[in-house]
Amino acid sequence: MSSAKVAKPGKPGGENLVFQRGGFTVRKFWCAFFVFWPIVAIIYSLISSLVPSLGWWFPGPSVTELGQRIDNLFYLILYIVTAVFIGTQIAMGYVLWRASHSKDERAWFSHGSHSLEVIWSVVPSVILLFLALYQMDVWALFRVQAYFPKEARDAPIAEVTARQFEWRIRYPAPGKKLQLKPQPDDLYDVNDLHAPINRAVMIQLRSEDVQHSFFLPHLRVKQDAIPGQIIPIWFKAEKQGIFELTCAELCGWGHYKMRAQLTAEREVEFEAYLKKLQADQNYDGHATPSAVAKKDE
Amino acid sequence: MSAAGVAQEHGHADEHAQGAHGHHEQSFIQKYVFSTDHKMIGKQFLFTTLLMLMLGGALALGVRWQLAFPWTSMPIFGPLFANAGGQISPEFYTMLFTMHATVMIFLVIIPVLAGAFGNFLIPLMIGADDMAFPVLNMLSYWFMIPAIFCFGMSFYFGGAASGWTSYAVLADLRAAAPGSGSAQTMWLMGVTFVGVSSMMGSVNYMTTIINMRAPGMTLFRMPLTIWAMLITAILQAFALPVLTAAGFMQLFDRLAFGGWLEGIHTVFFIPAGLVVNNTDPTVGGGQPLLWQHLFWFYSHPAVYIMLLPAMGMTSDMLACMCRKPIFGYKPMVYSMSAIAGLGFIVWGHHMFTSGMNPALGMTFMVSTVMIALPSAVKVFNWIGTIWGGRLQFNTVTLHCVGFVSMFIVGGLSGIFMAAVPVDIYIHDTYIIVAHFHYVVFGTTMFGVFGAIQFWFPKMFGRKMNETVGKWHFLLTYIGFNGAFFPMHMLGIAGFPRRYADPYVHPYLEHLLPLNQFITISAMIMGFAQFLLLGNFLISIFRGEKTGRNPWNANGLEWAAPSPPGHGNFDVPPVCFRGPYEYSNPNRADQDFWMQTDPTRPPKNPPEDPAHGHS
Repeated sequence: MSSAKVAKPGKPGGENLVFQRGGFTVRKFWCAFFVFWPIVAIIYSLISSLVPSLGWWFPGPSVTELGQRIDNLFYLILYIVTAVFIGTQIAMGYVLWRASHSKDERAWFSHGSHSLEVIWSVVPSVILLFLALYQMDVWALFRVQAYFPKEARDAPIAEVTARQFEWRIRYPAPGKKLQLKPQPDDLYDVNDLHAPINRAVMIQLRSEDVQHSFFLPHLRVKQDAIPGQIIPIWFKAEKQGIFELTCAELCGWGHYKMRAQLTAEREVEFEAYLKKLQADQNYDGHATPSAVAKKDE
Repeated sequence: MSAAGVAQEHGHADEHAQGAHGHHEQSFIQKYVFSTDHKMIGKQFLFTTLLMLMLGGALALGVRWQLAFPWTSMPIFGPLFANAGGQISPEFYTMLFTMHATVMIFLVIIPVLAGAFGNFLIPLMIGADDMAFPVLNMLSYWFMIPAIFCFGMSFYFGGAASGWTSYAVLADLRAAAPGSGSAQTMWLMGVTFVGVSSMMGSVNYMTTIINMRAPGMTLFRMPLTIWAMLITAILQAFALPVLTAAGFMQLFDRLAFGGWLEGIHTVFFIPAGLVVNNTDPTVGGGQPLLWQHLFWFYSHPAVYIMLLPAMGMTSDMLACMCRKPIFGYKPMVYSMSAIAGLGFIVWGHHMFTSGMNPALGMTFMVSTVMIALPSAVKVFNWIGTIWGGRLQFNTVTLHCVGFVSMFIVGGLSGIFMAAVPVDIYIHDTYIIVAHFHYVVFGTTMFGVFGAIQFWFPKMFGRKMNETVGKWHFLLTYIGFNGAFFPMHMLGIAGFPRRYADPYVHPYLEHLLPLNQFITISAMIMGFAQFLLLGNFLISIFRGEKTGRNPWNANGLEWAAPSPPGHGNFDVPPVCFRGPYEYSNPNRADQDFWMQTDPTRPPKNPPEDPAHGHS
């Protein structure tokens, strides 16, 4: 690197460490260096967002409408932030170039500008305040119970209890409502949450031991499970499929392997699944083989 | 410490020759070990934190190794845990990232800013001969040693493993995790000792800055470094007691006393009826969220404790390197105060998904978003400072520009997290990791690296090597961006934090190559720090000697000898003007105008320096 030249002080004793501006190429190199990285960042972000096959972006479009609204808010912020990023980096590159190549004897003696300070305080604050207020209704829909869809609020479909390191799921018996206390005819499953599509469903989230977090990346749903608390969450999947359910809050050494899934299926399939669970649970070991075979279908 | 000692000896001999301060001879212990001299204490902090930086970096590389090459034998450090086949087990992994954060936050960033630079710079920059309470100051360093001992004991017991946030119930119940036993108790003790140390420092800094300024050093003539240190000290004084109290609450939750103390078994954070690892159900009535509130009430202001001093120092360095007054001095002061004030009412943004009352999410979102405003003002002012300057690309400048550049990235990515609905998705994913490393490493550490180079001549009377310094910057900057920028993409892809093996989840499998790239970048960055360490240590003995004011800077500290002797100044300094009178047209012969320079401007000044061009 040619910057080695810069290191040599003008005279021994080192009284003038200043004014070692470096040769023209050195100055050009560093200006280019500081402009180069933002450009790389922009290109890299563009590739990540425009080439989904790389998998460096969202794990597919959200399968809930609320998730899409969250994504839209993300993009809104992304556009604003990108504009600010490009603007500030251009400004930075420009002032760096000017300041390192200035032929003036002296720097511009200025203590600042009151009007500029006012402008760059007021404009960002308006934008920021707008951003904050613009997010409110999505947040309310996601988290404030009074704004939940009525059909979800009235009949939670399941209770999900997180524990080290699995998700235990309790459904009410078909035709019954979920009770706070476990009922004798409740249905149980582990690590596989089933939910009907195209219907807003609510689940009750709890934790049996430490703190966990219920994270459905494809649905943009995340909610911590707090021991001692029951927290309602709702979603409305609009696509059939099996989606990952992971834990997003450190819960011990096995945090990484709290792997489970959400099976989003049509209403009839969901009902059939509950029936099957019920049959399994009521199986007393004395049924005829044909009944067992039928059950296994 | 001995390295610092020898260099100090040279300087000290010079001082005695000048007969500045007729001090009696001090013993070795008094001078280098239990020193009450703020400069020696600052150097002690600096040496300790640089050492800890390497330790924290090694822990980080352990984390990175596991994410890039899961379950393979680790090179270099593998033999240390050979009984596990050199393999990082999941419980070891949780310990690694916990202790990485602990070491970096409590033993590097906070002490290097307030401890090392706060100690060294405050009396010199305000023209005092020492701190207001020198013995308290000494204690503030020596309380770091039991803290380091406690963290070391935590390692010995297997290492605390519930994250540096030490969230309740996981950290509260001994049975909850392998690291939640004695390791966690020692961890809490360590944090408490760090807190005591910081508190002693902060009381001292406030008193010193308020009471001991040189004649003429009015509040608005203080360099921005001093403003930052003052604001930081206030932040610490108000926020730390909460953490200390919370730490004791968790300790009392954890300790099962016997005998007549048996009644002291609290359940602040433990609800009733939890069954952890098949132990008996807990007796309780506590609330885990309370821990999060208390913890973040300290730890969010702590983020600014980790940032503001670096902002102040960068402002001073940037003005000097551009030969130009800082753009908007008062707006800089006000924005730092605003950051500190708002910093107290934004802690809830760490808890958006925690299950607290959703109405709080809305209020915390507004306050969090608004804290971006003073940060933006600061960035604009730094760019304004470079604007029209006469810039030179030395190592200090490079680090300052790196600082501003990285702060832009870290600040902008913060807006995503501040927006609650977006945070639902990105909370606890790698985009958070990217964000806070851009702020805490990219911003603060570049500021610190620059400050080490800038004030090194004042510390040791010698200069650090420029070529090595530039290579260090180059490699760190490239490694840093290579390591942390792609983490934004990991976060958007939903890659959660703190996973020992994320690839058991099918939707994360394809991210392994990207993680390998990140790890290689992190290694480049990690090994580049040996350049800094070597440059630092060798320059203490071999560096080029410098005079009092090698940078032609304005501050009071540059009027003292390099290195300053006991009592700092040979001539008691008087301050005549603000610290940023670079390139003032009233000074025709030189482009700086030291604060101690009694020269008056001519009767009819060509321009009123107070108003400048605006």
